[in-house]
Parts: sequence; C-alpha cells; structure tokens
Amino acid sequence: MSDLTRLTISQARAKLHGKEITATEITEAYLSAIDRANPALNAYVAVTGDKARDMAKISDARLVKGEGGALEGIPLGIKDLFGTEGVHTQACSHVLDGFKPRYESTVTSNLWADGAVMLGKLNMDEFAMGSSNETSYYGPVINPWRRSRLDTVVMPTTHQGDGGFVSAGGTKTQRSLDNAQLVPGGSSGGSATAVSAFLCAGATATDTGGSIRQPAAFTGTVGIKPTYGRCSRWGIVAFASSLDQAGPIARDVRDAAILLKSMASVDPKDTTSVDRPVPDYEAAIGKPIKGMKVGIPKEYRVEGMPEEIEALWQKGIAWLKDAGAEIVDISLPHTKYALPAYYIVAPAEASSNLARYDGVRYGLRVPGKDIVEMYEKTRAAGFGREVKRRIMIGTYVLSAGYYDAYYLQAQKVRNLIKRDFENVFAAGVDVILTPATPSAAFGIADEDMAADPVKMYLNDIFTVTVNMAGLPGIAVPAGLDPKGLPLGLQLIGRPFEEETLFQTAAVIEQAAGTFQPEKWW
Amino acid sequence: MSVDVKTVKRVAHLARIAVSEDDAERMTGELNAILGFVEQLNEVDVSGVEPMTSVTPMEMKKRIDVVTDGNKAADIVANAPATDENFFLVPKVVE
Repeated sequence: MSDLTRLTISQARAKLHGKEITATEITEAYLSAIDRANPALNAYVAVTGDKARDMAKISDARLVKGEGGALEGIPLGIKDLFGTEGVHTQACSHVLDGFKPRYESTVTSNLWADGAVMLGKLNMDEFAMGSSNETSYYGPVINPWRRSRLDTVVMPTTHQGDGGFVSAGGTKTQRSLDNAQLVPGGSSGGSATAVSAFLCAGATATDTGGSIRQPAAFTGTVGIKPTYGRCSRWGIVAFASSLDQAGPIARDVRDAAILLKSMASVDPKDTTSVDRPVPDYEAAIGKPIKGMKVGIPKEYRVEGMPEEIEALWQKGIAWLKDAGAEIVDISLPHTKYALPAYYIVAPAEASSNLARYDGVRYGLRVPGKDIVEMYEKTRAAGFGREVKRRIMIGTYVLSAGYYDAYYLQAQKVRNLIKRDFENVFAAGVDVILTPATPSAAFGIADEDMAADPVKMYLNDIFTVTVNMAGLPGIAVPAGLDPKGLPLGLQLIGRPFEEETLFQTAAVIEQAAGTFQPEKWW
Repeated sequence: MSVDVKTVKRVAHLARIAVSEDDAERMTGELNAILGFVEQLNEVDVSGVEPMTSVTPMEMKKRIDVVTDGNKAADIVANAPATDENFFLVPKVVE
C-alpha cells in the first residue's frame, strides 16, 4: 500500500514495529494530506508540524531499539478541548484567544506516554455546544461525505466501464456526487472529519450529550463514549462536569479499542475518576456473542423517524441474531424526558463552569469603565450565540425561585432515567441496540435548525440518555442511506462493560463492512 | 413558565453578559422555545425520587492533606491579558 494515511492504527502498528515503515514517513504523509485537504474541510484549527516531526523522530529511535509503546509513531489529531502544553487550546471559542496551557491533560499525557504523535488541534463546536460543528469560532467543518445520485449512463458497447457496473445492455449505473456541503455533526466534528478523510489515524473527542457518537455516525467512523469516570477529565476544558467524558473516534472498532486502552486511566487528579484497572479492550474483539441478550427499546422508535433508520435498525437486529444473540424487547419508559432534562442540567453546569471566562486570567479582555462592565463586554464579545443561549438558560434555571422547579426536577428525572437502564440490566440484558441518530448528515446552514434551537437539539435524542445515566455507548457504521450517506447504530452497555460494546460492535462491523467517502477535496 | 425581555436582561446581568435591546428581544424568543420544550418534565411523577447527586455510585475520593503542588505563579499568570509581577491586573475595584 503506497498511501500510508490509508492504514488503520492496527495495520500501521504492525508495519512500524516490523520496521517496514517509519514514524517519520507516516507523520509526513499525514502532514501533507492535511496541507492539501484542510482548506476545503477545515478540520484542523492548528497544525503542529514541528512538534509532530520531533515526536516521530523520538518514536523512530525507540522503534529501532524494539522499545516502542502501544501507540508508538501513530499520528493522532486532538480535539481543541484537550489542554496541550504550549499548544493552541481554545475550545474553538473567541473568549480563549491565544490560550496556551502550561500543562497537559491526563488523556493526552497517556497517549504521548504510549508513543503517539500529535498532528494538531481539531475544530469543534464552541465549548462543545452544538450538533453540527457550526458554532465554532473558526467556522464550520465540512463533512467529507456528500450526497450522491445513481445515474444510468448508456455506454458504447466496445468500451468497458471504469469502476461502474457494465451491464449486458451497454448501460452502467454510476454514482455522481452532489455539490451540497454537509455538516460532520458535532461537537467533535473536526475529529470525525479528520478520521474519515484520512487526516489522522485516530482522534480524541469528548461527549456530553452525543458529541462523539453523532459525528461518528455522520461520517462513517466508530466513536465510543466510555462510562463516566473511565477517562480522566483533568485538563479538558469543562462544559457540563457530570456528563462530560472523553473517548476516541477511529476508522474501525479495533482502532477505537486500541485508543481507548491508552486514553483511559485511574487519575488521582480527577475525583470522579473511578478506581478500576483498564482492561485490554482489543482482546474482546472476535469473541462470539452467542447467547448474549440484546435489548431493543421500543421508546427509540420515534415519530417521524425516516424509513431508512428503521430499516438499518432491523438489519442490525438480524445481524446480531444471526451471530447467536438473543433479541428481547425492552422498555425504557423515561426516554422522552432525557433531552428536556439534559437541557436543564447541562446549561446549569455550563453556566457555572463558564463563569471563569472573565477577561482576567486568560484569553480575551474587552476594557470597560469598571470591572463589571469589563466582564460583561468581554463575555458578550467572547462567547458565540449558542454558548450565550446556554449560559442564559443555566443562569435562569439556577436563579432564586426557579431552582426547585427546573434543576431539582431535572435531577430527579435523571435518576428515573438511570433506574430504567438499571431495571433492564438487572433483568439480564447485556447490551442495548438503538439507532445512533434520527437522520443522516444534514446541510450546512440548514434553515429549519437555525430558526429553532430545539430542532438542532433533537439530533441527540438517542445518545443523550446514555450521558444522563453515565453509561458507555458506541456508534458503529452500519450502512448507507439511499443518498449514499453513512448511518450508524448505537450499542449501550452496563457501567464499565466497554468490552461488551467492542465485542458486539465488531460483529456489526463484520456484517456491515467499513465505509470510506469518495474523495472530492 | 416563560420569560419577558425584562427578565432576560436581568438574567444577562446575572450571567455578566452585555446584551443590546435587539439581543434581548431575540433571546427572549429563543429562551421561551427552550423553556417550552423542557416544560414536559412537569408531567413526570417524581414523588419519593431523590435528585441525582452522582451518576456513579462511589464515595468521593479524598487525598492526604499535604502540599503537592506550588511555586507556579509565573505559569498561572502566563496567559493573563494584563499582569504585573505575578499579579493579575484589573480595573480599580475599591475607591
């Protein structure tokens, strides 16, 4: 294979350790791919070429001596939310202009300790608030996938088709790409696009309500949000602390397992980091799922859901059944309340976390006649519309007289949502299968969504329950819609049973295959 | 429940975000759309249900009460817009 950027992490790992390729070669391949593609896709907001080359050189020295770590020489993209020492860390917000931390987040420290190479920082929705990557101060990320049409073309009988299917009658069908630009989903849109378009071997991402799984589904990539407490949140810019979790986006299930193994750890610097050893997730791949109990929640069959999503779900059920799993219908009665409860809890926590951006300690400062005016002008200029909207909602629901009606009620409902899952797991269900998103990727600047924030929020309807209950969830590509866009399925597991998710997702991947966009950029 | 422009301006001040008259008008509509959406939580029977305080059943970790970090004043002020000798500079607060 000549294009090193096409290698999966597991393939590159074998070639690096087998001394068939060097870390420097694969790093250079990615850096030139980024150079060519980034003007069109806007996945990276900062490219750290010199740092990448230095890290690759160190990896090569280790690999030569046969000392390489689990990710030695593997080039990765890092979401802009992760604190990276001396490197652009701005949560893609204007308010953090120029911020370069003097520390490194635990998750990225773990990756570098295992030998990974940093290519740069990835675009995202501002402060991870969004489902389309359009709220970034650095502009939207473009999905490498485009809609396509099947056309029947009459061919001269003497000529053979080039990649199309030649039929006996001298016609062939060919897919032609539509020019409309689509969103990659969000908030980890830069991570999803970079992985899908071969601009990094894998990427870090974070998920507060679906920000790993929804963009993974929109780009034909694999994304896992682990159990709350599995990856340290230390050094990651906080959005909603009781919901935020880091996880990887990768090209296949095995790569996601390899990355999560390195990212996860027990960290004394995060009091919510859970004291459990990190298992070898990769070892779960290929294990049979015979006899596994797979729950199908009836509440996820929502009104107005497109036919192709229902069809995809049925295909997923059939694949798992064929592999020997037992399919059971289940009920998670409080599902419909997860999204409204989330839009109280998450903004409340955000309004508190984002109080620190005051123009004093870091980032942007807009002068005012006194300190209050300085705060107000700085925050008015520094935050984008969506972030302001959520800070306002959060401030309102926490304000005197409304706390019980909104915040307390939402936290009670959250307990009921968690209890729904506990009941199902107690009844013997091992894993839950649902669609990952209610639709395929939509267009940039979609008018309906711009007019109504709630419409945009509905993107997370299938993913947000998992954050509310602190459970692990994985999105795995399962097929293409009639317009040729990728669609994903979601698997939800018991707390800290990520292995079951990798094991089951690998079965879906084997049946569905993997999906790559046709290159237009 | 819904908010009016006056409430939006009060909340904006609580959140320390300057809003223009136009901003406040627009935000009123947006906030009411979201508040209308979350209204449905009132139909849930929560009698006898405790509010969630921690999503994972675990005791909060405590560490030994010793100094483990420090002497980093230069690092702490490194990203500040205005500093003087390891102090953050702000507009005059006390007359």
